[in-house]
Amino acid sequence: MKKVMMGNHAISYGATLARVQVIAAYPITPQTQVVELLSEIVADQKLKAEFIKVESEHSAMAACIGASSAGARAFTATSAQGLALMHELLHWAAGARLPIVMANINRAMAPPWTIWTDQNDSLSQRDTGWMQIYCQSNQEVLDSVIMAYKVAEKVLMPVMIVLDAFSLSHTYESVDIPDQALVDKYLPAFDYKYKLDVKNPHTYGGLTTPDWYMEFRIKMHEAMEQALVEIKKEAPVFQKVFGRFYDTVDPYMVDDAETVLVTSGTAASTARFAVDQLRAEGKKVGNLRMRVLRPFPFADVRQQLKNAKKIIIVDRDISYGYHGIWAQEVKSALYGHSQVPVFNFIAGLGGRDIFPETYYNIIALVEKKDKPDQELYWVEVKK
Amino acid sequence: MKPTLPLEELMSPGHLACQGCGAGIAMRTTLKALGQDTIFTFPACCWTVIDGPFPYSCLEVPLLHMAFEATAATASGIKAAMDTLGKGKTTICGWAGDGGTFDIGLQALSGAAERNDDIFYFCYDNEAYMNTGIQRSGATPYGAWTTTTPVKHFKKEVKKSIDDIVAAHKVPYQATASVAYPEDLYKKLIKAKDIRGFKFIHIIAPCPPGWKAKPEDTVKLARLAVQTGVFPVYEVESGKYLQTIKTAKRKPVLEYLKLQGRFKHLKEDDVTDVQKLVDLRYAELEKRFQGC
Ligand SMILES: Cc1ncc(C[n+]2csc(CCOP(=O)(O)OP(=O)(O)O)c2C)c(N)n1
Ligand code: SF4
Ligand SMILES: [Mg+2]
Repeated sequence: MKKVMMGNHAISYGATLARVQVIAAYPITPQTQVVELLSEIVADQKLKAEFIKVESEHSAMAACIGASSAGARAFTATSAQGLALMHELLHWAAGARLPIVMANINRAMAPPWTIWTDQNDSLSQRDTGWMQIYCQSNQEVLDSVIMAYKVAEKVLMPVMIVLDAFSLSHTYESVDIPDQALVDKYLPAFDYKYKLDVKNPHTYGGLTTPDWYMEFRIKMHEAMEQALVEIKKEAPVFQKVFGRFYDTVDPYMVDDAETVLVTSGTAASTARFAVDQLRAEGKKVGNLRMRVLRPFPFADVRQQLKNAKKIIIVDRDISYGYHGIWAQEVKSALYGHSQVPVFNFIAGLGGRDIFPETYYNIIALVEKKDKPDQELYWVEVKK
Repeated sequence: MKPTLPLEELMSPGHLACQGCGAGIAMRTTLKALGQDTIFTFPACCWTVIDGPFPYSCLEVPLLHMAFEATAATASGIKAAMDTLGKGKTTICGWAGDGGTFDIGLQALSGAAERNDDIFYFCYDNEAYMNTGIQRSGATPYGAWTTTTPVKHFKKEVKKSIDDIVAAHKVPYQATASVAYPEDLYKKLIKAKDIRGFKFIHIIAPCPPGWKAKPEDTVKLARLAVQTGVFPVYEVESGKYLQTIKTAKRKPVLEYLKLQGRFKHLKEDDVTDVQKLVDLRYAELEKRFQGC
């Protein structure tokens, strides 16, 4: 069934179709509609779940950790300050190997107070052990929530579904809501082997000496490597059931492109419009949309960028005193595999729009240079 | 002689508590009342260590270790899961120290209490951050030495009234208890187990190294805490107060203080101040016990 809906509601429908069993959430703009709709769905008994209206995001994640440990499919959603408040427990969820799924609506970090999009909130949680999947359409958001549980429960690592504030969260698009029966077939019920069980009591997360700590960590890393395999494996399976294909990266006209714009989130759809225009002018430009940040798809990135003569990474985020965060990621994947110059642009922070013109200006600047003469370039900032 | 408590043990020997640890006695008694169909979550606290290092555990019930400030919310999450999974009969417990309850975990505690989530929240109170080396907490009493309230600048603030804070949430059941009166604690838990909603149990649990007391004095101290009125033992059921261990003639606090090195520096005047504080608090509670 097709329905026109906002990105936030696509998350709620995704979670409902995934038959989540415990939801614990705290309101923050621009996430609120996710939980508003879910609380209505639960109250109407259209979903058999417990909704815990916690008093903070820290408690939201704590409740998800408790619920998941007890064997329930757990879900939450947040943004920016809320995500940052959860930080300690993001490590905990991953370290405890719990397949929790959370949606994070990208919102720039304060101060100064803001509610508009950029990716610094989720990207600064890069090393917590969560998979991160960046979406560009409401359909992808809904589908990704369902897929996320499949992968998470196979490898026992949590997943963050990430989408831009407003340009996706509050933007209405036509979304196909898959049949519940199809979803049930695709995503079996959560059967957690290590659940808290009074008939088989175990202690989880207790004090661990240097004799054993590293062994827990290598298992997490291996699980993340396996997650990459599972994401690749799920793509055709999902396509077969639902007719839509999602890979780790999403290339657009990159095969013969001399210049590839690397972007993520909704900035990619604008990039594609720009690519079309530039192609009409005879410029061989392409776009590579980064979808999965963790586990990082090294091979796919190298493969997609192997023909490029120039690579431009447009970051809607910044690691102060360094590069944009996607630039660091992509450059490190290319190191030793490619000699191609990589340009890094910082654009669209705090929800400033990224227009097609933004990309035209970027391309015009790069055309004049053989290689970058600055570590990074700021786009359209007032001096 | 008929034993006053079940002989069955769900806490095995070989745990890592210090000699005379009140927190150990508190857990042992609690498990006797709650039984096997119980799940615990612990934050960071002495019990993180007492339970034993990976892969050991001295408890024969499932246990989820959790972050320091997250006890109540974690227990709420476990409870919600058990309810959706059709295992609503299992008793879900958060078990935290005073620091994890009075201070860093207060927000989550308040949240779960206000929602009236159907869980037990236990606070074993040794009146300081013992796990990190005896720093003051909001539960440390007036006059006490800790490593962050050194003798020259002993603690000048009074102990936070956590029980009143919880009472303000109008929870269906709350109680204080002392490890010197295991039968009292046992009885309270047996009753509370059948009460739906939030249950708060606050247990005074002497800590020999933290209180600079003799391990063999733990039970004596826990008893004196009650007999002096330093730690009155009572329950509150639907707002109704009942003193379960009566202390008609209270002993002077000095008897309690003098067994503990953490109060050694107190001069006569200071002891008088402590006595006044205790009297004041006791009088306040006494009115509630009498239903005034
Ligand atoms: C967020 C956070 N801050 C600080 C700590 C360090 N820490 C661990 S246990 C503890 C003290 C616990 O005190 P209490 O709750 O009274 O339990 P006790 O150790 O006395 O049994 C502290 C400060 C921590 N684990 N997490
Ligand atoms: S330090 Fe105190 S509370 Fe901690 S284990 Fe030792 S006696 Fe028990
Ligand atoms: Mg303590």
